[in-house]
Amino acid sequence: MNQRLERWLPALAVFIIVLVAWEGLVGAFHIQRFLLPAPSLIWTTFWRVLPDLALATGYTAGNAIGGLVLGAALGVLVALATARWTVINEGLMPFAVAVNAMPIIALAPILNQWFGLQNPFSKISVVALLVFFPVMINMVRGLTQVSPAALELFRSYAANEFIVLGQLRLPNSLPFLFSALKVGASLSVIAAVVSEYFGGTQRALGQFISQRAGLFNFPEAWAGIVVACLLGLGLYGIVVAVERAAMPWRR
Amino acid sequence: MQLTDINKTFGGRGADAVHALKDINLSIKSNEFISLIGPSGCGKSTLLRLVGDLITPSAGDVRVNGKPAHEARLKREYGMVFQQATLMEWRTIRQNVELPLEVMAWSADKRQARARQMLDLVHLAEFERHYPWQLSGGMQQRVAIARALAFEPALLLMDEPFGALDEMTRERMQLEVLRIWSQTHTTVIFVTHSIPEAVFLSTRVVVMSARPGRISAIVDVDLPQPRNFETREDPRFFEKITEVREALRRDEARGAALRAATS
Repeated sequence: MNQRLERWLPALAVFIIVLVAWEGLVGAFHIQRFLLPAPSLIWTTFWRVLPDLALATGYTAGNAIGGLVLGAALGVLVALATARWTVINEGLMPFAVAVNAMPIIALAPILNQWFGLQNPFSKISVVALLVFFPVMINMVRGLTQVSPAALELFRSYAANEFIVLGQLRLPNSLPFLFSALKVGASLSVIAAVVSEYFGGTQRALGQFISQRAGLFNFPEAWAGIVVACLLGLGLYGIVVAVERAAMPWRR
Repeated sequence: MQLTDINKTFGGRGADAVHALKDINLSIKSNEFISLIGPSGCGKSTLLRLVGDLITPSAGDVRVNGKPAHEARLKREYGMVFQQATLMEWRTIRQNVELPLEVMAWSADKRQARARQMLDLVHLAEFERHYPWQLSGGMQQRVAIARALAFEPALLLMDEPFGALDEMTRERMQLEVLRIWSQTHTTVIFVTHSIPEAVFLSTRVVVMSARPGRISAIVDVDLPQPRNFETREDPRFFEKITEVREALRRDEARGAALRAATS
């Protein structure tokens, strides 16, 4: 426990220094509260708007998690097919890598129109699309980058393809999958919040932030931003916890 | 085991093709310990892979206990050990030894019992619940040997299994392999770069030469069994080492002369 504390101490110190400096600078230079509110003000505002904020966060978290799970599941399925059939792999991978480099989030207004602004699926689909590509690309790498010696070993056992998949390729791909899911956890919150900026139900974190900002109510907008950050961190933490449980052999 | 007129060519036709093995004929009796030794590129690993049906010859015939190599592989008659232990990092030591048994659909009870027995054999019983990264290189290689022997294959194929180990560990591993060999009565084919290792372990040393890979000499090693640290000090041990070394050197000289003549 002590060692853990020691490891986190530098990060905690930096965090506190930044907060104190922020608070001090806002006070010292009399920065207008609608430009940059002080942390203390954000903190009190947070508690005041908590009921509204909690409702909005619940909706956005649902979309982010739904999209994350959907995108990851599709990514794994397509990766399995891709890794199995070379033709699909060679035909699909260049496009997957290219699409992954594009700002998929720019599609959010289009998907909003396709599925309807009020339909949560218009947000979930953006999240899923954003999560899909890194998961699929990494998963294909994990399934195909197995040691040649290990493949020879399974061949010498006269093992069939399902055994090679279950006993070698899938376990080998877990570290690749989880590094993609960690990226995906952060991406999912970004995608959910940004796609809400383009419209939809009022009870959403993206709408909460963009409306308050539009009314120059910056302390409330900042409270929403802080919650969005915490949501991203929370999802990341869940992925790390699942990773630890799924790979107990890791040191 | 019988190898008849084996030829293996890699790559395309004509000038690009590499003639890896040329006219290999070798017959190995049951319970022999055969070492394949020769310079890099002499095709000793290729020959081992041909025997194990990991690759197929361009011409010629490999028979194991009267069966073609392919059939022997499907009947699971080969245990393989590579230079790297190639353990599955997500399996505990015991689960790694159980891997071939699991592939062969043994029951869980039988699997566990056999894996424990094999780990006893390589003196790693107390590590059964550890993961591979917790073991040293030499210990990992012993696990790989236990795994290869777990299903009692007729033939144990070892491709420079101690190449990555330090000298002390290597000598201990050699004794261990000999002890296991005498206890299990398997036939062993062992690829190595080291002349003393080949002589110390083998009943016969097959000396190979490169470009194209072929058998240039076979040295019978009639040193007494079981072999131990005294063997390494036996004058006859040194005589045999000299004999193998001279076979390798003769070959090198012949290769150089040949290259000089053709250029």
